[in-house]
This record gives sequence, structure tokens and C-alpha cells, in this order.
Amino acid sequence: MSSAEHRTDLTRRELLQGTSALGLGAVLVPTAAWAQKPTVKLAFIGPLTGGTASNGLGGRNSFLLAVQERNADPKTRYTYETEVLDDECKPTVAVQAALKATSDPAIVAGVTHYCSVTAIATVDTYHKAGMPAMVWGAVLPEITYSHKYVEVTRVNGTMINQNNVAADFAVKTLGFKTFALVHDTTDYGRAHAKWFGEFLEKAGGKILSTQGTAKDQKDYTAELTRAKADKPEVIWYGGLTPDGVRVKVQMDKLGVRAQFQGTSGIKSDTFNETAGPSSEGTLAFVEGAPTEKLPGGRRFLEAYAKAAFKEPSEAYGPFAYVAANLVIDAIEAMGPDRAKVAERLKRTRNPNTIIGPVEFDEYGQNTVSLISKYVSQDGKWVLWEDSEYASGKRTLPGHKFKKM
Amino acid sequence: MPPLELLLQQAWNGVMLGVMYALVAVGFTLFFGVLDVIHFSHGDIFMLGAFAGLTVLVGLKAAGLGGPLLALPLTFAASILVTGLVGVAAERVCVKPLARASPLMTLLATLSLGLVIRESVLIFYPRGADPKPFPQLLPQGGFEVGGVAIRYESLVILGIGLAAMVAVDRVINRTKMGAAIRAVAQEPEAAQMMGVNLDRTVDATFFLGSGLAAVAGILSGLYYSEIHFIMGITGGVIGFSAAAIGGLGNVYGAIVGGLLFGVLQTTAAALIPRGSEFRDVVAFAVVMLFLVFKPSGILGEKSVERV
Repeated sequence: MSSAEHRTDLTRRELLQGTSALGLGAVLVPTAAWAQKPTVKLAFIGPLTGGTASNGLGGRNSFLLAVQERNADPKTRYTYETEVLDDECKPTVAVQAALKATSDPAIVAGVTHYCSVTAIATVDTYHKAGMPAMVWGAVLPEITYSHKYVEVTRVNGTMINQNNVAADFAVKTLGFKTFALVHDTTDYGRAHAKWFGEFLEKAGGKILSTQGTAKDQKDYTAELTRAKADKPEVIWYGGLTPDGVRVKVQMDKLGVRAQFQGTSGIKSDTFNETAGPSSEGTLAFVEGAPTEKLPGGRRFLEAYAKAAFKEPSEAYGPFAYVAANLVIDAIEAMGPDRAKVAERLKRTRNPNTIIGPVEFDEYGQNTVSLISKYVSQDGKWVLWEDSEYASGKRTLPGHKFKKM
Repeated sequence: MPPLELLLQQAWNGVMLGVMYALVAVGFTLFFGVLDVIHFSHGDIFMLGAFAGLTVLVGLKAAGLGGPLLALPLTFAASILVTGLVGVAAERVCVKPLARASPLMTLLATLSLGLVIRESVLIFYPRGADPKPFPQLLPQGGFEVGGVAIRYESLVILGIGLAAMVAVDRVINRTKMGAAIRAVAQEPEAAQMMGVNLDRTVDATFFLGSGLAAVAGILSGLYYSEIHFIMGITGGVIGFSAAAIGGLGNVYGAIVGGLLFGVLQTTAAALIPRGSEFRDVVAFAVVMLFLVFKPSGILGEKSVERV
């Protein structure tokens, strides 16, 4: 194919890759070591367009920041180039992106997927191609626990622990008893509803209704009207930010007098910014400790701010940053060999990272035991323990409604 | 069976939804009526209208002119102008040059244009990937009638939606341009022989249909207090389906189709077990039934082609 023909075939995704590579190159070219070190290519895959693009762009930026820092480090043995691919949070697109990455022999490893539906769809692709892929945001347990592929690891936790803590907290700490569950009908939303429902019943909570809704649905008035009739104390939503915003805002418009509780999927700056005053008192749960509370967290946030990315890092940006660093550590130790790097990554034990110590179990799953509880306060996510709701200075909406 | 007030509440929710669908559907039906084209970027023009409205509102607020009585009319006027012109440009770029090509080519061209509009908003609008809060300009609060909660905001939105539909009716039935649109829709060649300027009529049709999409986009923003760059995908498909149910080419059919589609979605969610998962399945199944058993739609006219 001639270069002219190639140009006419450029897709939007390729343009994105090209621009990100150019941007990174512009930052890194001045280093003298650039030309002397052998080059190794890394892939990043996440949702850069579509409804969850804000999380994908935050992850991409964090990944690029890690690569940028390592390239600037004279001690690294290699110079790292990046291939950024958009999975649009769609399984079919994700498989194409994974195939593109795995079929490029120059790409040694990938930092892959925020959405569970895309991560689970691509597991076999990475395994068959023998390319190590470290998941940086998807929380569906099956992504790591449905197989023992050496190639697939995950730096963030699963939704199992998250929902266990979320259910216990809502029932035992906050004293809510009745729940209406609304979830998106993707693997992500369904699995969240399954796990939350199981833990909720164990904790003594009662599920009044469960309703599945389409991802990216605009109107939730029908579901909320139906839930409202049962007078639940809590409306729980298992889904991602854009839909979570709609559920919460429409709850308020319909006058649903219930506490709103979400999953890690809504814990984003975008949720607070878009829902505005409606976000106040919303609960969400995320694996690991808050970035700013970790020893390296503040440095990450400062470096991120200094890099002047257009988008915020969002909740899972630090995980993408850590995944990129772990992958680079493995390449530095083993050389640019996919099989050796995969073996090394699977045996990751306790390196200190900005999300704390990382330790993979036999499935390649980071055994994150800590789940952080957040509440939206004055347009920001605040760790529950640090919030005015915990101190008693403010009252959660759900508790106010109980007293009415 | 849910209690009556719950059913009435769902029906009211459906009417609110249906008003916005109807405004999008009218655009589809106008384009089809006049040029026999399915303008698939119309959903994204609906989204563009919402973003244009938001931009104007933000600008007016920054200029200290954020009061609803001034801001709302200005926002509607500016957004209608923007989407109207984009609609005319879309016709000139994607429809007119392909007039003699297969209808499939027009379909593909308009689909592609929709993608260009959507991705342009994503890339060029500040933090375009995120859902955007839409200012609450209408009176909040509400009242109950027979167990049905009605918000003041919803009444205003319904009023604006109905006013827009009446305005379209007046334009089509009581103006010279409306007569030209009807004439072109009926028989373009005869209309031209009678002195109707085809290009101007087609431009006016696309301006009108696309302007209505802006009204729908702003109303959607006001109703949900949030807009997102992907809102035109579903909005477009549903708008087209509503137009098909009502009878493609018939403006009143599009309005009936829009309202029916909205009520179908909400009542399906209320009446069927696990209905919220199947609301779209039910609504689109009805579209399929119409296409199979009554392809001309509820108010569509039988078309007889003499040879």
C-alpha cells in the first residue's frame, strides 16, 4: 500500500494514536538518551470516545504520564513508545483494538480496559497472542477469576469486595433497611447487582425491586416512578457516571425521597460537576485508598497537574499509572519478551506504588483488601471518615427522609 | 397490575418523553415528505441544538443576561438558527449531490455526517466527552392531581413543545412557503412548473426540520438538566421510528408517533415484569409490526404509483 493510500485510510482511532504519539514525542525528543536506547512499544486501550470517555481519557493521560516519567529517567534501559487505542467501551471494538495491539510484534505489553464488558471480551485475545495485558479499571470478577491465563492481570480490585463493604456499610453503619436496585444490563451492571444483592441480604437489607436498564438510557422516569411506589430508603444504582447522573437528577425531579448509592462506576469528578447540587450526599465505593492519602499520591497529582492534561485523572487514573509502571518495571527486568514479561507480571509481589502495595494472587488479581467509602460533599468526593456526614455536622438525604 | 395513579404517572412521563420525540420525528417526516430521503444525521443535529443552546446560555450568563425571560427566547432563536443552517448545509452536502444516486448512498452520507457532528462536539467542545449540566431556567416545584405528580417545569416544556408543533402546522398550512413545501412533497415536477423554486423550498424544509430539532434538544436539556454528545444516537433512531409509526411524510403522524412511542416505553416499563429491560424491545417491536402490517403508518397516506 502506498503512503498516499494509507493516509486516506486513516481512521479516527488511528488519528488519536498518531496525535498522542506525536504529543509524547514532542515532550520526549529533547532527551539525549532517546536515540541511544532501544525502543519498546506499549499499548493503552480504554474508552476514549462514547459515554465513559472521561474515565478513559483520565486513564490514558495517567498512562502517558507514567511513560513520560520513565522515558525521562536516564536509568531506564529502553525508550518507550505508546500506541493508544480506543475501545469505545464496546466489546466488538475492544476485540478489534486488542487484535491490532497483539498483532504488532513491536508491542510488548498493554495497559488495557476500563469497562468490564470490554475487558472480559478481550481476555482470550491476549491469551492466544501471548501478550501481557494489565487491566486498569474494569471490576468484573470473571476478568481474572474465570481462567488462569498468565497474560491477564489486574491492578485494581474486583466488585466483590466493593459490594461487600457497600452493603454492610449501608445496612449496618447507616441503618438503611429497604433498597430499590437499578442497574445497567451490561455484564458490569448485572454483576454489581448480583453481588450487592447477595451481600445486602446477608447484611439484613431487603430488596424491594430490581430493574435493569439499557446503558446510555436517557429517561429513567418510568423506572424511578415504579421504584418510588415501594417507598425504598435507598435507590442503589449499578452503572457508570453518565447514567448515574441521570438517575440521581431524575430522582430529585420526581421527588423520590430516598438515599442515592452508587458503585465505583459513578465515582468521578464528572458525576459531581454534571449532577450539580443533586450530587450532594451521594455514596460511592472504590478499591484502595484515596490517591492523595498515599505517600506517592500527592506527587502523582502534582505531576498530573504539571503535565497540563485537558481532562482530570478521574478515579482510575492512578491505577492506569501504576499499571504502566509495573509493566515497564517488568520489561526493564526481563527485556522486551512478551512471555517473560507476562510471567514476571503475574508474580508481582508488594512493590510500593502510589495505590499502596500491589500483590497478585494466583489468578493475577491484585488482592486489594481496602475499600474506600466516599460521599459527595459540596461538589467533591470526600472520604466518608473525613466528611461532615460522618462527623454528624450534616445529615445524609436518606436519613433526613426517614425522619420526615 | 399497578394502581391507577401509577399508570397515569407513567402515561404522563410518557407524554413528556413523547413531546421531544415528536419534535425530532417531525423533522424526519418533513425531509422524507419533500425529498424522499431519510436524513440520518438528524439525531445528531438534535444533539447539536442542545449544545448550541447550552453555549448560548453560558454566554448570556457570563454577560449578565442569564434571566430566563430573556435568556430562553434568545437561546431558542440562536440554536434554531445554528441547527437550521447546519441542516441546510447537510442537505447541500449530503443530499443534493446524491439526488440521482441510490437512496442507500444518501443514507450512508447522512449517517457519516452524523458521526462527524458527534465526534466534532466530542473533540472541540470543552471536555466534550463528559455529560454537561444544563441550567435550570424553568420554575421548579410542582403539584399533584389524582396522585400524579406534575412539575411546573414539565408544564412549560409541554407548552413550548406544543407551541412549536402548532407553529409548524401554521407554517405548512398558512404560508406561501408552506404551500410550496406541500406542493413539492406531492409532486415536485408539477410544483416547479407552477413556479415553485425547488432549491429554496428544500432549503426551507431543512431549516424548519432542523430548527425543530434544536427546540427538542433544548427542551431535553431543560427536562433532564443534562446533555451528552451521544444523546443524538438514540434520539435519532427513536425520532425516525416515531415518524415511521405515524406515517413518514405526515407531520401529524409524526406527532402522534412520537407521543405513542414515549407512552409505549414508559408503560412497558410499568406493566411488564422486568419491563424496564424490555421497554425498548416493546417499543421497537411495535415499530416492526407497523412496518410489516401497516407500512404507511397511523396517519400515512396510501401511495399509488400510476405507470
